[in-house]
Amino acid sequence: MKTNDMRARRHASWWAFLVHRVSGLLLTLFLPIHFWTLGLALESEVALDQALRWYQHPVFLFGEWALVLLLAVHALGGIRLLLIEFRPWQGLRREWIAVGGLVALATSLLFLNAS
Amino acid sequence: MSVSSSTLRVEVWRGGEQGGYQTFEVPRQTSQTVLDVVTYIQKHLDPTLSYRYACRVGMCGSCAMQVNGVARWTCRTHVSKVCNDNRLQLAPLSNLPIVKDLVTNMDAFFGKIIAAKGRFVGAHTRHDPMEQVKPDSPARKEADAGIECIGCAVCYSSCDVVSWRPEFLGPAALNRAWTLVNDERDIDGAARLAAVAGDAGCHSCHTQGSCTMRCPKQLAPTAAIAGLKRMTARAAMRGELEVKEVSR
Amino acid sequence: MNQSAVKAARRWYWQRITAMGMALFVVIHIAVMVYAMNGGLSASEILGRTQGSFLWALFYGVFVVLVSVHASIGLRNTLVEWLRMSGKAAGVLGNLIALLLLVLGLRAVWAVTFGSL
Repeated sequence: MKTNDMRARRHASWWAFLVHRVSGLLLTLFLPIHFWTLGLALESEVALDQALRWYQHPVFLFGEWALVLLLAVHALGGIRLLLIEFRPWQGLRREWIAVGGLVALATSLLFLNAS
Repeated sequence: MSVSSSTLRVEVWRGGEQGGYQTFEVPRQTSQTVLDVVTYIQKHLDPTLSYRYACRVGMCGSCAMQVNGVARWTCRTHVSKVCNDNRLQLAPLSNLPIVKDLVTNMDAFFGKIIAAKGRFVGAHTRHDPMEQVKPDSPARKEADAGIECIGCAVCYSSCDVVSWRPEFLGPAALNRAWTLVNDERDIDGAARLAAVAGDAGCHSCHTQGSCTMRCPKQLAPTAAIAGLKRMTARAAMRGELEVKEVSR
Repeated sequence: MNQSAVKAARRWYWQRITAMGMALFVVIHIAVMVYAMNGGLSASEILGRTQGSFLWALFYGVFVVLVSVHASIGLRNTLVEWLRMSGKAAGVLGNLIALLLLVLGLRAVWAVTFGSL
């Protein structure tokens, strides 16, 4: 049997699905590192501080910004899904996709500004 | 948009699963549907081409196939709407076994409607008075929103979860089940909820929304499936999903 | 077949419940991060807030439990659909991830609450 290629997937809801899944996967990969780093406090405050200063390197700062973006986009996409699944609705809440994306981006920029 | 060239290059899937695309040149008309194109090929160029249609006016759903990668009714698809520089690619519906050329085996599609208990079971006979169903009751409105499905399989073919999980019942079957869940005359509700729950059922829907995007009757299986998710989860948490079936 | 359907329904339910909870936790977490960060965040700035704090320990402890459940269910679906794993194998892996996140996460909460005292 034939399966679909990207021609059948070029619509907002499908992209929302992909972004939600990929962001979830990336966040799941990141979390153990996050937890391990904080766990360094078990050794000493200095150990944690050393790791944090190591993360001040530009590639990590970019990574941090990306993570905030991923988390925000995953959370907002998730809220859209919860609305679709639990509230009466019309349509695929496409406007939420746009709003969610913008709010996530704004949040990540706020973070970038603070860091 | 003016008709620049007068000939369409049409790639058509030929053969079974191991087949390939064959290219035909079809004269382009100002007002032309994809069904016109396929019919022209079969009539004038290659009588061995197999394809389905019946009403050719957008009522029966028989003519569904992949046009440039997207599932559509060919009788309701104008060439000018989907044509990129006079090229068309026609393939049989996705997610269904290919019989020959543009014809698919629909057994699995209809089998899943039955598996989802997408059939009415009533308690009354012709000797009972007619049941009064209020058309504006919330449940009836829910049912009516999805009742116009004619089983064309466009949604089923558009769904990636169907591709990824072979046992997934799919949008049409689940939509049909939802209309019956909301039918106050039906008495098989408990078994139906059990049938549509789980990874083969509504819980594998990831709200990609391709079904709702593509349904030629503008139905929203996504909404129906969301409703089933709520009902089945409630039943599962209350231990009501383990039921004996109503014999039929 | 009914039993697996019930389990799948419950997985869906718990993933949505943890999602609802985490919607709140994520908003608070991001807000705190943006508020607390002044050009970077040092260990002393973090530990200054979390050390000995029952409130933060509770907040992040619950957060860790929620994310362990939520992420593992999502991962399980992805393994079945994209890596074509069987439900059983994906379930085992999902549970392992849940355990990993739970253990590492709660360890981290312990670390920043009582670690360097």
